[in-house]
Amino acid sequence: MAKIQLNGKKITIKSKLSIYDLLKKFKLNNKKIAIECNGNIIPKSNYKKKCLKSNDKLEVVHFIGGG
Amino acid sequence: MVDKLKKDFFKIENIKLKSRLIVGTGKYKDFKETALAVKESGADMVTVAVRRVNILDKKKPILTDYLDPKKIIYLPNTAGCFTSEDALRTLRLAREMGGWKLVKLEVLGDKKTLYPNMIETIKSTEILAKEGFKVMVYCTDNPLLARKLEDCGASAIMPLASPIGSGLGLQNTVNISLIIKQSKVPVIIDAGIGTASDASIAMELGCDGVLINSAIANAKNPVLMAKAFKNAVISGRDSFLAGRMKKNYFAIPSSPKKGLI
Repeated sequence: MAKIQLNGKKITIKSKLSIYDLLKKFKLNNKKIAIECNGNIIPKSNYKKKCLKSNDKLEVVHFIGGG
Repeated sequence: MVDKLKKDFFKIENIKLKSRLIVGTGKYKDFKETALAVKESGADMVTVAVRRVNILDKKKPILTDYLDPKKIIYLPNTAGCFTSEDALRTLRLAREMGGWKLVKLEVLGDKKTLYPNMIETIKSTEILAKEGFKVMVYCTDNPLLARKLEDCGASAIMPLASPIGSGLGLQNTVNISLIIKQSKVPVIIDAGIGTASDASIAMELGCDGVLINSAIANAKNPVLMAKAFKNAVISGRDSFLAGRMKKNYFAIPSSPKKGLI
């Protein structure tokens, strides 16, 4: 198990879960999003390669209405 | 003569726009109203913000369900950023999201007035331009700072008419005119427009476009107001191109004196 922070919320996930798996778990895999892990942007091509570990801070963002 | 005007199009970098009205997508009652107002405005570019995905509520509707980014140009904005660092972070994420290079930079300096922090704005513009972004920059109406932004590689200068969301309209037409006269990139009025006639005035001054959010979204009937702005921007532009008559201090009769009985 790994304890990570996802959009400011502490969650526990299976160890060695990839970003791709996590997105699938939250049904975000087909959405227009961008991801930052510990302050670094993760390119889409690395979603399957990048495995999450304890204390990782993940930010998943998308476009919302704004001025 | 009128045909000549058909060639008048709005270009930002290599993007050709049919409408000189850019609209924001914030503050609407719901996404349905947003979509209707955007459609009625005739805008082909909308500003959007970057925020955290609501992880828990997966069924909640999202903007892209109502405004297709393939059909309308999304202009990612850094609204709410108070430091260069935050603004850069936001725009780099936006670029990763969909390959957007054309972005709107907004670095605020004061929570009460939402006045732009020009020191951080200039710093950010320089960095973003070097990273290959095409940056449309929200700024004060100071002509010297506007020129500095252009020198730093800004793709469009976006001075405020008055504070964001204030609806006070154009407060310094002299400065806006000076910025228009000196700029080689498009000048777009951003923030402070209150009603359709304000947009006409901006366009008559020679602005290349206007960006409206609150004045449409906060109207009693936002969809109708979107239409009013569409017409106001067209009128103002036509009026600018047509060239207004000279102002005179005394009356000049419209009918000839000859043949007067």
